[in-house]
Amino acid sequence: MSIATLSERPELSAASAPPPAARRTLRQIFFADLFSSVLTVATGALLIATVPAAIDWAVLDAVWPGGDARLCQEQGACWAFIADKLRFILFGVYPPEEQWRPLLVIGLVLGGVLMTLSPRLWGTKLILGWGVLIAAMLTLMWGGVFGMSVVSTNRWGGLPVTLLLAVLSLGLGFPFAVVLALGRRSTSIVPRILSVLTIEVVRGLPLVGLLFVASILLPLLLPAGWSIDKLGRTLAALTIFAAAYLAEVVRGGLQGVSGGQEEAARALGIPRWKMVWHIILPQAIQKVIPPLTNTAIVMVKNTSLVLIVGVFDMLSAGRAAAADPAWPAPYAETYLFVATMYFIICFGISRYSLWLEQRVREKDYR
Amino acid sequence: MTDTRQMSAGAEAAHIAIAITGLDKWYGAYHALKNIHMEVRRGERIVICGPSGSGKSTLIRCVNRLEEHQRGHIVVNGTELTANLKNIDAIRRDVGMVFQHFNLFPHLTVLENCALPLILARRRPRREAEAMAWHYLERVRIPDQATKYPGQLSGGQQQRVAIARSLCMAPRIMLFDEPTSALDPEMVKEVLDTMVGLAEEGMTMIVVTHEMGFARRVAVRVIFMDRGEVIESADPETFFSAPEHERTREFLTQILH
Repeated sequence: MSIATLSERPELSAASAPPPAARRTLRQIFFADLFSSVLTVATGALLIATVPAAIDWAVLDAVWPGGDARLCQEQGACWAFIADKLRFILFGVYPPEEQWRPLLVIGLVLGGVLMTLSPRLWGTKLILGWGVLIAAMLTLMWGGVFGMSVVSTNRWGGLPVTLLLAVLSLGLGFPFAVVLALGRRSTSIVPRILSVLTIEVVRGLPLVGLLFVASILLPLLLPAGWSIDKLGRTLAALTIFAAAYLAEVVRGGLQGVSGGQEEAARALGIPRWKMVWHIILPQAIQKVIPPLTNTAIVMVKNTSLVLIVGVFDMLSAGRAAAADPAWPAPYAETYLFVATMYFIICFGISRYSLWLEQRVREKDYR
Repeated sequence: MTDTRQMSAGAEAAHIAIAITGLDKWYGAYHALKNIHMEVRRGERIVICGPSGSGKSTLIRCVNRLEEHQRGHIVVNGTELTANLKNIDAIRRDVGMVFQHFNLFPHLTVLENCALPLILARRRPRREAEAMAWHYLERVRIPDQATKYPGQLSGGQQQRVAIARSLCMAPRIMLFDEPTSALDPEMVKEVLDTMVGLAEEGMTMIVVTHEMGFARRVAVRVIFMDRGEVIESADPETFFSAPEHERTREFLTQILH
């Protein structure tokens, strides 16, 4: 017997290939038993009841881009409004003549995300790269250099604000989360108590409450003469909120890494922090990809709550656009459009995490 | 056995690799190691056996401070093991360990498993660390698996990688904690063969194992432990043919059938 062949999967020869799976008929698929029959009928009825009306509204009776606002009084959807207000929903009250800047920021976010997709590139260089990228985005938005006019944060709005808040709160929150998770598992008492306290207090507060605290209380607490911009305060609240939730996810992952890993690293003389960074954390994070994704998706959508403290994200911009008296209050269309944007982002994250999980499984972890 | 021996810095101490005197260890109220005295000379191969819970793993885990002892002295290559981190580092530098469950890093390839500790613990440049890793992977006859992940290897292959990983750090002493106990029977031999090779090159080894064939072939001394005590310590010939103690005889009849 040769040991070398043990790990190799023998190729199936044609002779030993399984017979082709029998194809199931439509009847077997939809009416296999009583339960699926009931589901099929119920779903069918629901579709018949709703789809024709939805098509009438969204397609047949709709006013398409280029149409007149006055035509929108009818039954159909007013897509002309979305086309007309697209710029406003995406960029808010950012000066129209400077619109290329937020557009470029969206491009940079997408570029950064694409750059980050492959785990092969994960490392210190990528983190530095993101640092540079974020500095570039903020510079682009703010201006004041290279002949760009200054646009203060109260004129920022729309999709770039949503993306910046999501990326920054997750990106800044994650290192905090790792520190909190490690602190919570620490054998020394002070870091453990501080971590537990932070995590439990933040998780015990609703995000809305946290946003209010950050936007109203924080300026009062700061020494006179100090001020943090409203967007910055909002970001701080989102970051610490994300950190508390991510910390518990990371802690779960740390618990899943066997004690033998740490023992082996100690026996090899690997210094403690290098062990955490190179041996323990990568394994811990790979174990918690699904709940990490979940938190990321929740945080993307949580950014929409900033509208209650007056930050102008994509959802606020949509609401403001729909309030234009020149149009007949096309809220449904606006929300549908904004919802679609959120869905594209979140669905993307979800598919990506499935792909990552698949990759991890291919390494055959146990 | 005497206290004076571990302190003497003369020619005698120079060829003593590990000196353990009056070692006691408790887990809470449980007395795991009771007044252990043991000396390992350079190049000596010692096999420790005994029933489970007898403290044999605990003993060798004390040698590289994976466990802390509460009383007594452990001196490794002239350095006493205390809470002093510098001493612990120095001793871990000299002492390699192979575990029952391999403890390879599952997120790294076989090559990275061997090279990364050199980079992290010894600050070797990657190129040099990988060259070293290749060298030892060839030693354990497994270079063709270098780009695979541990989970894709058989148990025997994984344990050989673990041995290579340890050897990369150029230890002067190797500790083996039941290296074949988690293996399927047909894979035990390949791991033992690797260990015999190491022994033949003069590596100082302490091996906790129940592989009595290995003990006969390789050990200079076989130690039998029970309930935290060293019961018997003899050369393999005497140990297997004429054990002094009743408990040793009982144990041997149980595992030799």
